[in-house]
Amino acid sequence: MSAWTPTEPDLSGLTAVAMSGGLDSSVAAWLLARQGVPVIGLSMLLWDHSGVEAHGRCCGALDLGDARRVAGQVGIAHYTLRMDEEFRAKVVDPFVEDYLAGRTPSPCVRCNTWVKFDLLLERARRLGASRVATGHYARILPGADGPELHTALDTAKDQSYYLFELTREQLAASLFPLGAMEKPQVREIARTAGLVVAEKGESMEICFVSGGVREFVEAQVAGHPERYAAAGRVALAAPARLTDAAGNRLGEGEPFYRYTVGQRRGLGLAAKSPLFVLAIEPGENRVVVGEAQDLLAPGLHGERLHWIGPPPAGPVEATVKIRSRHPGVAARIHALGAGRARIDFAEPQRGVTPGQAAVFYQGTRVLGGCWIQDRT
Amino acid sequence: MAFVYLDNNATTPLHPRAREAMLPWLGERHGNPSSIHRFGQAARNAVEEAREQVALLLGARAAEVVFTASGTEANNAVLAHVTGGAGRPGHLLLSAVEHPSIREMALRLARLGWEVTRVSPGADGVVPADAMRAALRTDTRLVALMLANNELGTLQPVPEVAQACRARGIPLLCDAVQAVGKIPVDVDELGADYVTVGAHKFHGPLGAAALWVRAGVEISPYLVGGGQERRRRAGTENVAALAGFGAAAAAAMDELAHRTAYLAALRDRFEAALPQRAPGALVHCAGAPRLPNTSHIALPGVEGESLLIRLDVEGIAVSTGSACSSGTVEPSKTLLAMGLSRDEALSSLRVSFGMMNRAEEVDHALDVLAREVAELRRVAPVAEAAAR
Repeated sequence: MSAWTPTEPDLSGLTAVAMSGGLDSSVAAWLLARQGVPVIGLSMLLWDHSGVEAHGRCCGALDLGDARRVAGQVGIAHYTLRMDEEFRAKVVDPFVEDYLAGRTPSPCVRCNTWVKFDLLLERARRLGASRVATGHYARILPGADGPELHTALDTAKDQSYYLFELTREQLAASLFPLGAMEKPQVREIARTAGLVVAEKGESMEICFVSGGVREFVEAQVAGHPERYAAAGRVALAAPARLTDAAGNRLGEGEPFYRYTVGQRRGLGLAAKSPLFVLAIEPGENRVVVGEAQDLLAPGLHGERLHWIGPPPAGPVEATVKIRSRHPGVAARIHALGAGRARIDFAEPQRGVTPGQAAVFYQGTRVLGGCWIQDRT
Repeated sequence: MAFVYLDNNATTPLHPRAREAMLPWLGERHGNPSSIHRFGQAARNAVEEAREQVALLLGARAAEVVFTASGTEANNAVLAHVTGGAGRPGHLLLSAVEHPSIREMALRLARLGWEVTRVSPGADGVVPADAMRAALRTDTRLVALMLANNELGTLQPVPEVAQACRARGIPLLCDAVQAVGKIPVDVDELGADYVTVGAHKFHGPLGAAALWVRAGVEISPYLVGGGQERRRRAGTENVAALAGFGAAAAAAMDELAHRTAYLAALRDRFEAALPQRAPGALVHCAGAPRLPNTSHIALPGVEGESLLIRLDVEGIAVSTGSACSSGTVEPSKTLLAMGLSRDEALSSLRVSFGMMNRAEEVDHALDVLAREVAELRRVAPVAEAAAR
């Protein structure tokens, strides 16, 4: 048994609630404040939308106004921390670089780990807070080796996938007050409390992109050529060669970064059976296409392997999700050293997409995960 | 001692005499000062009495005082007037420590082809009069130099610059918003052509300010509409706020000598104890002429933003410089103009005292400050704060 065995979360000291201005974090703040524990609200100014007046973007200025207003309604102090430089360096630049490297990135995972926990927890501690609370749908439960990350009770809302890179140390300093609640219940609480965000919709998938993702990538590279030095070698508008797996040329398409592995629509190729993107090769400016069965992969290679608990001694049997809405597949995980991993699926899977996260579950518990490099 | 408010350069609590003067106009009395009937006459009377009280505090004549809704409006109005009817663009001369209501207006004019010269302060936070004089040109249409800087509290050499302007026939705008009510301000001694004043910086209400325009100097209305304020500012007067403004001015007039001494005593008590309580702490511009109520301090290795939030959690309200609408903290442009680095600017804190503060509050604030600075240095060591 470790020393970390409380039955009730320890709420002594100051708790900082990360407030995005959305429904969930607002209700999290309201619930904590109502318990009478000392709470402050923190919002992060992450991205300057320069005039884009859209709600539902967790990093936008309008939503920060909502966060401030909710803090006022809840009766807690609220502070906005400017973290746009960190957000650009930790989330936006890697996002653009991933596309330029032929990967399909998962910026929300990066943001959750690096911004909402690494950075915000560190800033909150500087402000004298002992922990950070968020509106995530996930649970932190005590385990034999310290705190464990588990799925939310409301499986439809579960966000544990996005949190797989958290450490035990971070989980010990985190609170997810909504982890055992259902969304309709959360909205009802907001209505009863009269919070101004009670009728607000879900936030968008990628908060800093207001138009198309590919247009965003092109605008970033064009606007900041120095930042994407590697992209200097990429002819941004050059159409990619579309080939089959054997290298036979099938036609010309859009620039390579406009494709995603598994994509079917918009290939513009005539064929007897439907064609799918199998691989993207930026160096060759080539997009490999093939038939549905070619997409089936027996496993994947991963990098930056992370275990929340102590690393296991041998291969691990777990259910692996290869994207946030993936139902999960039984798999065996082999750690290969230096953060690398090979994952063998019990059943071949479609849509093994480089740049996405593969997250490991045993029952409701999140063991950890890795980032997909390629299929096996 | 739950809350201590030490951010009086942002705004001040209302003087009891101002509150008393306002209450009838928020209750049983009402009227539009432009109406002919006796309701209007009573409201007109209240506004004109306030005008006399404000004029008296400035050593001016009532007819020279134009009421506005904010110091920002008054400053904007002068720049709009001077540059509006000018035909082709000319030259504007500003100090680099002006309030944003002047700085941003100048930026807008620069986009329209105006040439703008900004004269930086020295390391003591004072803009040298010589440098201002040397930057005057034959096509200079307006000079702007504030009397007391809102962040540092330093007093600027307005009379010297005014003399040079007068000799060349160039109008001078002096933003005296932070000075009035804290130190004696006499428009004739200043020698400016336009002086702006705001009520809420000296225990008057928000939403009331004034532009003093020297007799014989023109000002065209910035807001057009009705003929209020002798056709110099349209819009129905905010009678309650102006009544409070007048009463705050009268109170300042009565208390001024006491205020200057009282505020300086609070500030000196704070600054004398500070180095022992927060090792390494410095007071910016301590040797320069400055307001009696403002202490701008540097805490090397301490992130001002984090310290401000920690102090607020403990009930002590201070500022890191000028407030910003998004609620985030930016390095002070004034400190950068003084030659400080970004990190130095971000480790500064502004403590500004007011007439409602007590000596015990200063002592309590020092206790909390000492504790929070030590704690912050423990959790976020110098190297880390500097690296950010």
